[in-house]
Amino acid sequence: MAQGCAGLEVRREKLRGGRRPEGAPSGRSPRAPLDEPATPEEFRARQLRARDLLRGDLEGRELERHVEEAVVATRFERALGWARANSVFPLTFGLACCAIEMISLVTPRYDIARFGAENMRASPRQADLLILSGRVSIKMAPVVRRIYDQMLEPKWAIAMGACSSSGGMFANYAVVQGADKFMPVDVHVPGCPPRPEALISGFNKLQRKIQGNPDPGWRQRYNAIGTEEWARGGATEPTQEERDAYTAARELTREGSSSPGSDGA
Amino acid sequence: MPDAPGLELIAQELNATIDGAVLDTYFEHEQAALVVSPDRILDTLRWLRDTPGQEYHFLSSLHAADYLPGEPRFGVHYELLCMPRVERLRVKAALPDPGGEELPELDSCVKLFPTAEFQEREAYDLFGIAFRGHPDLRRILMPEDYVGWPQRRDFPMGGEPVLYTHNEVEMPRWWE
Repeated sequence: MAQGCAGLEVRREKLRGGRRPEGAPSGRSPRAPLDEPATPEEFRARQLRARDLLRGDLEGRELERHVEEAVVATRFERALGWARANSVFPLTFGLACCAIEMISLVTPRYDIARFGAENMRASPRQADLLILSGRVSIKMAPVVRRIYDQMLEPKWAIAMGACSSSGGMFANYAVVQGADKFMPVDVHVPGCPPRPEALISGFNKLQRKIQGNPDPGWRQRYNAIGTEEWARGGATEPTQEERDAYTAARELTREGSSSPGSDGA
Repeated sequence: MPDAPGLELIAQELNATIDGAVLDTYFEHEQAALVVSPDRILDTLRWLRDTPGQEYHFLSSLHAADYLPGEPRFGVHYELLCMPRVERLRVKAALPDPGGEELPELDSCVKLFPTAEFQEREAYDLFGIAFRGHPDLRRILMPEDYVGWPQRRDFPMGGEPVLYTHNEVEMPRWWE
C-alpha cells in the first residue's frame, strides 16, 4: 500500500452458518421459521418440501411445519394499506414557488423513491396524491377541485406550505384562504416554502395515515389537552359559552385521534 | 429621453396642433411626462406616433392608477417608446370619478397600438375604467363572475383574521 493512503482491509467471511458456535450440536437447532437455511442440505430439504406441497403430497406434521416456515399471517386491510402507502403516485402539478421544492423531491439528493413515490404521473386519472404546492387563487380553485375530482379513489392530498394551508402572506382578494375550503386535505406541511425534508416528513405522516395508523396532534401526543392559554390562566377568563365550546372542541379532537381519516398531521 | 426643454417643445407643438391637448408637463427623475386632457388622448397619441421627428411607435406599457382621495381620482398612463432614438415619454390622462355605479370612461387606443387590447382589459378588470371602442372589453385576470374592482383604494383588502392561541378566546366555535 502506498505511503499516505488510507488503510482499508477487506476480509471475506462466510455469512451463512458463520454465527453458529463451535460446540453446537449438528442437525436441526431451534431457529426462527424464516431464517436462512444453515446448510446446503437444509436448503435442499426445504426445496423438496415446497415441491411436495405444490404437488399436494405434504400432509400432517410435515405440512404444518412448512406453513409455519413459509407463511406470514396478516389482515387483508393491513397488507393493502402497506402496499398502498409504499406505492403512492403523486400528480405532476405545480402551483407556485413551492413547486420548485416539490420538484427537488424526486432528485437523487432527496429521492422520494426511497418511499416509493417517485413516479410522478402526468394525468389525474393515474395519480393517487395531489400535492398543492403553492397559493390557490380563486380563479384556480375550480380547476384544482376538478383535478381532484378526476383522480380515482383512493386519493390523498397534501397542502404544502403556508399559502395552500391558510392563504399565507396573500391575505387579499385574489387568493383562497386555505385549500380545505374547497377540497379535503390530509396533511398540512408548514413552511414558506417548506424544505424538501419537511415535505418528506409530511409524506411519511401520510404513509402512516394510509396504513391506518395516523399520528395524533401534538396535544394528544404529549398528553397536553387542557394546557391551552386560557386554561393556564391567560389574559381573559372565557365565558360559560366559550367554556362549553372548548369542551366540545376537545371531545372532537379526542374522537378524531382514535378514528383514522379524520385527523390531520 | 426628451430633456426638460425638449418636453416643453413637444407640449407647445401639441397645443399648437390640437387645441387644449396638454394640461401640464412634469419632468422628474429624468423622466418626461405629459398630462393630457382625456378628450384629446387619441389625437395626442396619434400625433406622437405619426409626426415626423416624434415617432413614438411603441406603446411599452399602459396602466391605471387610483389616487384616492386625490382629485381627479383615476389616472391612465401610457409609456411610449421611440425605438430609433431610444427615448421614452409618459402620457397621463386624469379621469374624475363619476360616482355611484358608473365607470370612468376613456377612448380606447387599440386601433393605434394593438398591444393595448389586453392592457386595457387589465385596467378595466382591476380599476373599472371603461374604454370606449375596445373590441372585447371583458375581465382578463379575475374570474368572469367577479364583482367589484379589486385594485381600487376603497376596495376591502380581503383575507381572514389569523387564529393564534392567544386570540383563540375571541373566536368561539371557530372550528365550525
